[in-house]
Amino acid sequence: MSAVSYLDLLRLTLPEIVIVLGALAALSLDLLAMRQSRLAVRWRAGAAVACISCVGAIVLLLVRPEQASLSDGMLVVTPLTQLVQAVLIVFTILTVLLSVCSTFTHHVGEYLAVILFATAAMMLLVSTQNLLMVFAALELLSLSLYILTAFNKRSRQSAEAALKYFLFGGMSAAFLLFGISLLYGFSGSINLVEIAAAIQAQPATPMLAIAMVMTVTGFGFKVAAAPFHLWAPDAYQGAPTPSAAFIASSSKVSSFFVFAVVMVTGLAAGVGSGGWHGHGAGWVPVLTMVAALSMLLGNLAALVQSSVRRLLAYSAIGHAGYMLLGILPHNAPSLRALLYYVITYALAAIGAFGVLAALEDEGVDRLEDFAGLYRRAPLLSCCMLIFLLSLAGIPPLAGFFAKFSIFSSALAVRSEDPGLLWLVVLAIAMSAVSLYYYLKVLKQIYVCEPSAEVGAIRSRGAARAAVGVIALLVVLLGCFPNLLLGWIDGAMRAMPH
Amino acid sequence: MLAWTIYISFLGALVLVLIPKANAGAARVVALLTAIAGFAIAVAGACRYTPGALITVVRVAWIPSLGIEYHLAADGISLTLLLLTGVVAIAGVLFSWNVERRSAEFFELYLVLIGAVYGVFLSFDLFLLFVFYELAIIPKYFLIAIWGSTRREYAAMKLALYSFAGSAMVLIGVIAAFVEAGGRTMNLVELARYPFPAHFQMWAFPLVFVGFAILAGLWPFHTWAPTGHVAAPTAASMLLAGVVMKLGAYGCLRVAMMLFPRGLDPWGLHVLGFGSWRDLFAVLALTGIVYGASVALVQRDFKFVIGYSSVSHMGFVLLGLMTLSQIGVSGAVLQMFSHGVIAGLLFAVAGRMVYDRTHTRDLRELGPMRLAKVIPFAAVTFVIAAMASVGLPGFSGFVAEFEILVGAWRAFPTLAILAGVGILIGIAFAWRAMDKVFFGDAPVAAARLDCPRISLAERLGAAILIGATLAVGVYPRLLLDLIIPALNSPLFDGLRKGAWR
Repeated sequence: MSAVSYLDLLRLTLPEIVIVLGALAALSLDLLAMRQSRLAVRWRAGAAVACISCVGAIVLLLVRPEQASLSDGMLVVTPLTQLVQAVLIVFTILTVLLSVCSTFTHHVGEYLAVILFATAAMMLLVSTQNLLMVFAALELLSLSLYILTAFNKRSRQSAEAALKYFLFGGMSAAFLLFGISLLYGFSGSINLVEIAAAIQAQPATPMLAIAMVMTVTGFGFKVAAAPFHLWAPDAYQGAPTPSAAFIASSSKVSSFFVFAVVMVTGLAAGVGSGGWHGHGAGWVPVLTMVAALSMLLGNLAALVQSSVRRLLAYSAIGHAGYMLLGILPHNAPSLRALLYYVITYALAAIGAFGVLAALEDEGVDRLEDFAGLYRRAPLLSCCMLIFLLSLAGIPPLAGFFAKFSIFSSALAVRSEDPGLLWLVVLAIAMSAVSLYYYLKVLKQIYVCEPSAEVGAIRSRGAARAAVGVIALLVVLLGCFPNLLLGWIDGAMRAMPH
Repeated sequence: MLAWTIYISFLGALVLVLIPKANAGAARVVALLTAIAGFAIAVAGACRYTPGALITVVRVAWIPSLGIEYHLAADGISLTLLLLTGVVAIAGVLFSWNVERRSAEFFELYLVLIGAVYGVFLSFDLFLLFVFYELAIIPKYFLIAIWGSTRREYAAMKLALYSFAGSAMVLIGVIAAFVEAGGRTMNLVELARYPFPAHFQMWAFPLVFVGFAILAGLWPFHTWAPTGHVAAPTAASMLLAGVVMKLGAYGCLRVAMMLFPRGLDPWGLHVLGFGSWRDLFAVLALTGIVYGASVALVQRDFKFVIGYSSVSHMGFVLLGLMTLSQIGVSGAVLQMFSHGVIAGLLFAVAGRMVYDRTHTRDLRELGPMRLAKVIPFAAVTFVIAAMASVGLPGFSGFVAEFEILVGAWRAFPTLAILAGVGILIGIAFAWRAMDKVFFGDAPVAAARLDCPRISLAERLGAAILIGATLAVGVYPRLLLDLIIPALNSPLFDGLRKGAWR
């Protein structure tokens, strides 16, 4: 182990430092200077501070491409991790814009600070190849998310959701930690590259199998894949809407990225086979089952939901199944497809929750509440149409190309034997099912007339603007997938292989 | 230049988004001008076309890392269907002149649908074709769900789910073909040249064929069609029967048969008397012809009669495709055009001229209204449309169905005879509908029906459609000169080398 160069450490973690400083600034500004101001003013000032620090961090990330690995893989910075970090910060900015001037809490400074802390945790999470660091960052992220879920202190649902989230999360963290300790016992290292070498040298043992299952369980919880999904519907429904948007978007992106890194880098030698014939022991068959179960359960359960938030939660579980399909082939094209999918999915999800957030003051949640929304809020309705159709995978929106690329990368492996064909067929069949429940929401918005005569909805300007920007992005990335794909490609080419 | 058929439709929709919502008149005019412009471009393209060529309209890289291109091109078959889309689009706008509720939105969705249809017919990149194909689903849903009649929400959802299930099957085949061919290109010309392994074609062909044929009304997956047509507003039924069903048939020919011709080869064994997918689909198509016509014979709802007649006529298209002979397949393409125009006309009479005035489609209630005296123009139009529909000489249906029957006679003589029976039943239901709706001899129950006169827009729309079917019926070479060279082009080499005769 080489000596740590503190100067390098400072240089490489500068974006994270900026974010944390932003969090502290927002917190102290709100607590010290603006105690007596009106809520709206406090929101605007806090959001401005948060956004400035986010923009600063993005600029730092984009202007200085780095390629470094510090102290045993504790901190690994590559163009790809920088890309993911930049995307995560963009989602943070969008979340902050969605929350501005909402009324669920008076603790503006604390709320913004926790969001920024969670962002810093996610940034650390994606830029490490060390299991200890993965665990520490994951815990920091989870704790922040529990708090964000519970932030509406006036709502019983919010508290209940947070408690459920916390209990399940704690248990899954234990599973993950157990898996990590077994991997350490097996290989004598917590660095993913060294673990990979140890597994390569000495293949499948029962201990390794247990370690893999435990790891999949731990991450499966984070990405809300069935059967580890139970927290998701409650958390999505109970949490304040901007928090739910945050959980549904950036937390998904970071968790899937680190999941893919751990599986593909660390456990590359223990893959096994998930084809219809001839299962081989390894993590691929485990993940295949989880993916199939998530697609089935998520999409079928979403059919019967009457709350739009729960519907989105179950659809998120289904989407987690599709995204696992991007980890299974464990090669470069599939990682690219996974990144494209998870980013565009997160965009559509934060957009859909953003629409809900903009309507929060109206208490819109049940399907019937959406009746005739096109007349009351034409712009938001149009954005919702774009988001839901993108989630359903209708071209020319981003979700379609995401599905196409992830399915084709899954089919491309070993094209002689059908391999993952059955899972791709299941995924496509389930996405046909999913159109039904997305159309159910859209039917309420555009076809049904409101039950009573209700006036136009006044939504918050910042939230409206954020939702509009997200909708534009979804359309743009659908029509020109190369904008994002080219960026990801460039970053991946720059990585050493 | 042909690419502007697509762009102008989407631009028209965009203009409609921008103009004030309350102004229904302006919306109609914009929609009409857009439809006319699209048709004019298609006609100009067809006039400058040298038969047999494949004209590339646009070809630029779109997603280079996957070899996907934005590639628009046209051959004779595409042009035929572009002309059909143009004609039906204009007539559809004319027959929706009376849409007052949310009319700007109506025409927005209408134009998006038209643009997507043009896009499918012009795409020569499989990915792009699929994008346009799916793009057409959503406007269909809203057109029916918002402006429809009988059980509109049910019918719209059924249509959307059937379409999406079909396109899911197509998507599996598309991705599998893309991966099988090396994952470097989606170009239809190159994929048509690529020798896919025979066993791959054997499963990919039926998957993609059925996926597209669901939208073409292949029995037993046709059930979306009657409910969808009945529930849809007039212009949407015209588009559904007129061009959307053709998307399915076009996909069957352009994708399934062109890329996977060996999927039509004999299996080498007989299951229940079927020796190949071709036999199976031919029998399903025939079942559609006879079943659709028989069910149409006993319907009480005027629009259901026409809805089921569409299933019957689309059965001819699929039967023609399965004959695998030049005369049969060119007849199938001609039938696509012919049915598009005639079905448009029939739905215009049933939906716009009759239903919008009488507010009933029940044949027993329509009889006593003496509609032949009240709205003689509708009666005359329907008589002409019925004559065209049953395939009297002089109308386009005659040439098309005659060609298909000749092709079928060579390929499957028994089926050709049964298809002839289907035509006879077709005459019966057309006669019955005509008799009951317009020339009922029941005593006049109500007082003389007081209804608005046939408007100029309706007259123009009917004239355009009748003109189209007559022109092609009298001089079929107008289209056959486009279609036959296209079938003999290198694109269909794989098909001609196989079981073609």
